[in-house]
Amino acid sequence: MSVPGPDLIYGVAGLGMFGLGLHHAMTAAAPLRRVLALKICAIGASFLLIVAAWRVAPGAIDAVPHALVITGIVVMVSAMAVALALIRRIRALQDGEDTQPGHTQAGDTQPGHTRNREGRQ
Amino acid sequence: MTPAVMDGLMPHLIDWEVVAIMAPLLGALAGLVMPRAAAGIGIAAVGLTTLAVAALSWAVTTQGARMMALGGWGAPLGIDLRADGLAVMMLAMTAGVGLCISLSALAGQRARPAAGRPGVFWPLWLLLLAGLNGAYLSTDLFNLYVMLEVISLAAVGLTVMGGGAAALRAGFEYLMASMLGALLFLLAVGFVYLRFGRLDLMGLADLVTPGDPAMAGVLALMLVGLALKTALFPLHWWLPAAHASATAPASALLSALVVKVSLYIVLRVGQYLVPPTEGLVLLVGLAGGAAMIWGGIQALRAERLKLLVAWSTVAQIGLIFVAFARSGAAGTAESWKAAALLMLAHAVAKAAMFLAAGRIKDEVGHDEIARLDRSPVRPTLAQFTFALAAISLIGLPPSIGFAGKWLLMEGALAAGYWHWVALTFVGTLLSVAVFSRVMVPFLRFDRQRGPVGEHQGWALADAPPLVLALASFGLGLGAAQILTMLEVGEPFARATGAVLGGAP
Repeated sequence: MSVPGPDLIYGVAGLGMFGLGLHHAMTAAAPLRRVLALKICAIGASFLLIVAAWRVAPGAIDAVPHALVITGIVVMVSAMAVALALIRRIRALQDGEDTQPGHTQAGDTQPGHTRNREGRQ
Repeated sequence: MTPAVMDGLMPHLIDWEVVAIMAPLLGALAGLVMPRAAAGIGIAAVGLTTLAVAALSWAVTTQGARMMALGGWGAPLGIDLRADGLAVMMLAMTAGVGLCISLSALAGQRARPAAGRPGVFWPLWLLLLAGLNGAYLSTDLFNLYVMLEVISLAAVGLTVMGGGAAALRAGFEYLMASMLGALLFLLAVGFVYLRFGRLDLMGLADLVTPGDPAMAGVLALMLVGLALKTALFPLHWWLPAAHASATAPASALLSALVVKVSLYIVLRVGQYLVPPTEGLVLLVGLAGGAAMIWGGIQALRAERLKLLVAWSTVAQIGLIFVAFARSGAAGTAESWKAAALLMLAHAVAKAAMFLAAGRIKDEVGHDEIARLDRSPVRPTLAQFTFALAAISLIGLPPSIGFAGKWLLMEGALAAGYWHWVALTFVGTLLSVAVFSRVMVPFLRFDRQRGPVGEHQGWALADAPPLVLALASFGLGLGAAQILTMLEVGEPFARATGAVLGGAP
């Protein structure tokens, strides 16, 4: 592992992405930016797992980390969907407050169901 | 269902572990498809899960810890489920507290169907239950990560279920904190796989050498992620708003059950991966102490009842970490039992308290502490429940809270760690002050004169929280048996093939 091979390059890149995402997740103010920052964190962490699968040429690739990464992607997509649905719902409530105060409670049920469905993909 | 698998001890006809995970999961799906029948499906699934957990607890206490390989595929490639004393205590806690909260939610939904939103509540709660049970039975790091995510998505759904703007914002902050915590955990999982090429806890326990600097960094990542999820000071910012803005049954689930799962994983990581070092234990204890004091001060300043109860959760989580640290690194082989007992105490009492607070809010119409004594309606039964739960959280005998604190103090004194005793005293005094703020107005009858009926403000929904509050006293009397049960399967004795009956 002393000569920088693809594993080291991928590993360092993954860590760099995780750090970048972490920094923005903690400093960004806009909700969408924070969600995307966490997405970048997730990709960084997946890089590390992909490095764990890599073997020097004659060795066969370890498939277990690949399975883990795929599971991680599914989990992340679900979490992302919930986060985006929440952002939309908060935005809709804010717009409702701006234009027609008092009508915010009436629309509660319907978008709530939408959110719930999206959260379960 | 998968075929029964030998666990090295005895073959069993039904895999209760699988029932405990699959019953709520299938119930959640069925409830989603048939929202009108969601409440019935929900109660049935929770009941079936409780039965499975009871059978599993019986099997574990009589025959010892058991292990099963899902579908016949064991570690390191497949998934093992293991039930030992600690796992069974957590499962039983989840089932018992969950059943009471379910009944309370059902009574609440009967009273006001629109606010309770059964079609949303039941699938989310069942999904949460499946995640919790899965986490308590998991034996590998990646499975724990997936369960953590399932739990946090369901928990965020429960937080925002009320639908108000405040609840949505609190839910979003909660989701951000929770995702970040899970990703830190995932990064640590990646490092562990990179280094050891396996993720099952028992296999790792044999490979990890004490004092390995690379592993120390990895574990720091993992612990920070878990501390974020369990809201250990100073990573607690998301908790008060999230727990205070949810509906009463959701708050009770979040505060009593959801934060416990990350605490449980901390215990497991301490058990298998880190032989805890003195510095780490001190750090964890200090964060816990700071949480007790900061949570107490904020609870004293809270203007609303539910916010006060939520801040008290921050303080109680601190107490649990102090219990883990009470006698230094050498003492963790015993201290985890004090921490586990306090986790149980908090789950039972805090569920009762949040449900009672919800009942008080329902009857009085608001939960502003300063105006609670000016209401003509007196929900005396809910107030009584609140007081009983407060007694357990403060730690007065004979409650389970007292048993946990006693164990904490005893261990700290025996090891000569006076500072933890002092911190616990300060934390206890703060909680006395916090709950007195609420209880003193309960006892004042002279502010508002009105025709006070005999059982005014009572409802069937008062029964489940009252049962929970009384249970904290029953459990306190049975603390010795709980401690014996915790030792089944010897958690914290370094896991070897011999102890586990033919593990990998």
